[in-house]
Amino acid sequence: MVSRPHGGRLVNRVVSKKRAKALAEEARELPKIEVGPSLAADVANIAHGVYSPLEGFLTQDDYLSVLEHMRLYSDIPWTIPIVLDVGRDEINSVKEGDDVAITHNGEPIAVMRVEQVFGWDKKRHAEAVYRTTDPNHPGVAQTYKMKELLIGGPIDLIKDIPEPFEEVRLWPVETRVLFRELGWKRIAGFQTRNVPHRGHEYVQKAALTFMDGLFINPLVGWKKPGDFKDEVIVAAYKALISHYYPKGSVVFSVLRMRMRYAGPREAIHHAIVRKNFGCTHFIVGRDHAGVGNYYGPYDAWEIFREFPDLGIEPLFIREAFYCRKCGGYVNAKICPHGPEDRVRISGTKLREMLRKGERPPEIFMRPEVAEVIIAHGDPFIH
Amino acid sequence: MRGEKGGKYTTVSIPVTLYNRIKAMIEGTGFTSVSQFVTYVLREVIADMERQKLESEAITEEEKEKIIERLKALGYL
Repeated sequence: MVSRPHGGRLVNRVVSKKRAKALAEEARELPKIEVGPSLAADVANIAHGVYSPLEGFLTQDDYLSVLEHMRLYSDIPWTIPIVLDVGRDEINSVKEGDDVAITHNGEPIAVMRVEQVFGWDKKRHAEAVYRTTDPNHPGVAQTYKMKELLIGGPIDLIKDIPEPFEEVRLWPVETRVLFRELGWKRIAGFQTRNVPHRGHEYVQKAALTFMDGLFINPLVGWKKPGDFKDEVIVAAYKALISHYYPKGSVVFSVLRMRMRYAGPREAIHHAIVRKNFGCTHFIVGRDHAGVGNYYGPYDAWEIFREFPDLGIEPLFIREAFYCRKCGGYVNAKICPHGPEDRVRISGTKLREMLRKGERPPEIFMRPEVAEVIIAHGDPFIH
Repeated sequence: MRGEKGGKYTTVSIPVTLYNRIKAMIEGTGFTSVSQFVTYVLREVIADMERQKLESEAITEEEKEKIIERLKALGYL
């Protein structure tokens, strides 16, 4: 059975076509809050139930509860504050109870019923969510750039923003039908922001061995410079799946959601989101959603102990390496050999080779995957 | 009343015999107290009841058919 949506019900804040037309007209007369691509994606994610049980952007009680207790005020686990920041000048005439239009590139995409406008402490936010106030942390840096007020309340989606990967973008209501149609009862979700190397493949296949299906769900959207471009990730995964996965064992779909690099807290968030897509299990890797040395390699495993009521089972799969004596990919739990026989995948080295257009050895990356990355010419975000 | 992590808590009464059975049962598990176990069980039960209550809000057959058509068109089915 696919997983129950987080909070018990899959949220749907997408208005009917007929209503959307009328609402779009009304929105033109409303005060406007212009949002960038990441917030526009959050709006769509709320409306399509990706963030169930959220019906809108967090109000103050929920926000503070998430910061301090990693739960919504209703006690439901929630670790990443989904907030909409605004400048005072944008909401001069807005009172609680008013409707405002959320626009993207000048076009209304949603209407929000304003429940609350409140101040926030960015350092406190950073300390709680990222465990650091260091502005060099990419998530903290983004937080410090945000505006001085937060505005919370339910939203109604008028229209989706165009998705360049529409042919591989599914919403939770669709994956839940799909998994049922495929007859999958045990589904492992895999979060990624990277192109796949052999270590990723090992981890995914280790999980797939015990599951009915694998849901590979890479994030597209804002990522830090040095990460792979969205189109490269999508092409690389398509190559891997078509050549190395049994037909019918994988569902591949992108999720437009920005990376926060919040390590443990983001691991829980990633699990909740995949629960809403219908996954029963979630693969948690080494240094999940981490960056630099801000988090311990297995901090993201530890945090799951605090959520026995999460409603999705974490799969803690150790880092994979190639062992010359074992003659294949293994992990520390199943390989008795020493470091001299183990070949670890160095992400830095791999990137360096790909940057130069060199094909990494086959034990690090499948040639078909390397091919599409190199063919791209410039696979990295600048 | 504040709990270990500063959250708001209150007290409920359960029979001492039940308390002792739970205490013995959770030994060596991830649960560190009877309260933690009881909270976990209640959350599960409540979530289940909420799900049952909301079953009537599931998608209609017509909506499901539309989704299946799209999934077929995209090659997922």
